[in-house]
Amino acid sequence: MNEGFNFHTQYHLVELLGLNARNPEELLAGIKTVPASSIYYHTHRFLQQHHYLSPEPPNDFAFWLMEILHLRSLGEEFLSVDTISYCNLENLRKDFVKILEDYISKDHDNIDCIPGFEFHFLACKTLVLPLPYTAHNLLEFAQMLGKVSIRSLYFHMFEARMRLGVPDNDFSQWLKSMGEDQLALEISKLDPYNITLESLRLKLIRMVEKRAQD
Amino acid sequence: MPKIEDYRAIVGDDEVDELYILADRLKGKSVQNINSTAVGGGVAEILSRMIPLLRNLGVDAYWDVIKGDEKFFTITKDMHNALHGMNLDISTEDLDYFQEVNRQNSETLDLFGDIMFIHDPQPVGLVKQREQKGNKWIWRCHIDVSDPHKATMDFLRGFINRYDAAVFSAPSFARNDLAIKQILISPSIDPLSEKNRELPQQTIDSVAEKYGLDRDRPIVTQISRFDYFKDPLGVIEVYKKVKNHIDCQLVLAGGGATDDPEGPRILDQIRSVAESDPDIHIIYLPPSSDIEVNALQRCSTVIMQKSLREGFGLTVTEGLWKAKPVIATAVGGIPLQITHKHSGILTYSVAGTAHYLKELLSEPEYALKLGANGKEHVKNNFLITRHIKDYLSLFISLYYKEDIVYL
Repeated sequence: MNEGFNFHTQYHLVELLGLNARNPEELLAGIKTVPASSIYYHTHRFLQQHHYLSPEPPNDFAFWLMEILHLRSLGEEFLSVDTISYCNLENLRKDFVKILEDYISKDHDNIDCIPGFEFHFLACKTLVLPLPYTAHNLLEFAQMLGKVSIRSLYFHMFEARMRLGVPDNDFSQWLKSMGEDQLALEISKLDPYNITLESLRLKLIRMVEKRAQD
Repeated sequence: MPKIEDYRAIVGDDEVDELYILADRLKGKSVQNINSTAVGGGVAEILSRMIPLLRNLGVDAYWDVIKGDEKFFTITKDMHNALHGMNLDISTEDLDYFQEVNRQNSETLDLFGDIMFIHDPQPVGLVKQREQKGNKWIWRCHIDVSDPHKATMDFLRGFINRYDAAVFSAPSFARNDLAIKQILISPSIDPLSEKNRELPQQTIDSVAEKYGLDRDRPIVTQISRFDYFKDPLGVIEVYKKVKNHIDCQLVLAGGGATDDPEGPRILDQIRSVAESDPDIHIIYLPPSSDIEVNALQRCSTVIMQKSLREGFGLTVTEGLWKAKPVIATAVGGIPLQITHKHSGILTYSVAGTAHYLKELLSEPEYALKLGANGKEHVKNNFLITRHIKDYLSLFISLYYKEDIVYL
């Protein structure tokens, strides 16, 4: 007997680290030393705070390099980092470090930003709470996907994989345990970093409803 | 007073349901807020809305106000200005007096909360009592401390480091000289308050008429305390530059707070500069004027906030919520609210502000688009429900050390 899928929600409490960067060298020094929760925050913040915008700016580092320092090429390298392919924040950090070290080794000018536009390193503490929703079959699952908050959707699709070290998103894991391997695989293949959370919600509901009707 | 249930229509059922779930985790803990004024200014305004809603959610929340005489509030105003960066040396005698008033308050106030939530510098010294009480203490800083006067910050640091955490309103306010955890929580507005709720057109018209505003010509408005850092004289300068090209009116409206003795002097200064121009309307509003503020914002063509320093800039949030085009200086928390040319205009000078004001007055469709984007941004990030969620998360987090907490 399947135990059902228990929906959870999460809240991020944002911490100020008191560490700033004015140029790529200081950004590199910061990325090397901040806690992993800071790398996580700066690569995922936009997904929740601007969930009505599309497409989302992919990460704070890319945004700052492009829009504040006007380092388009370097910014694009950050932009193109495929966050979905990482299951570990330390690996993501290593790749950011490599991009910056390569850039700095090429003797680029280390220009400071305008005062007041420094990059401020932040981090986050996450509180996870159970919601009073448990789905026992695909139809209930689709129905509850439509009821839970954006934060709940975010938690199951992003937080579990990236921060809790589980191999797949929570939805796919549960669907596999239900014998719904094909649907689980289709959801795993989605790149949730390139669509808004509301669009992701609609897409998931459509996929689950379609499978339930088959 | 609105109930938490009333917010479902604005932010959705899921948001309100989750507030109840979060609040439930605080059962058995009391939260005592302390600040220095019951009326006037952003802090009192937020608390007066927040406390009843926390209680609706089942949180055991309280709000007390410290007492101080004119000398104390003159010192704390200097302290406020110094934290904003003004080069003001506060004498040792005054600092001793500040500590003495804090000591007296710690004797007269019952500091009973499991979580003591202390707002701004005025009551910061109450934390000296924490060893006896054994509770959790949070210092909530509502002002811009990105470039403070060193001696004043050094003095306050001794108190701040005794807290469990400090809360700031913008990333740029983070300090690298504090030994405690620092948290980012943006303030908020209440969409159901008298200052922000929808108003009947008749109310807006009657307020405009009361203050002699001509609805057929553009109205540019700055709502703020009469305070040096709000740069009211700079606003008049901007208006005069624009008035040469566009026949507009200027409204400078605001009130004072019981902890701000500087207001009347600044108000006199502005009146003397403005008296020769009948299109400059200087309006002093008593604390109970929320509907008038709401109506003045709603009848405005453009909202301005030309602050030299700013905490978060809630008047900007209010203007954006009313879907008005807002021009504001890029200080304090204002850049968090306005993305330049997307959800408003960010400026740095009198000349720049005048340039963009002319543009907005000449391009109403562009101004309309900025206003619509600004309203959406506030809806998603700066309403009181998000603020409550952040505070509840903060209170709960005090009892856990891990980065990820399963409740």
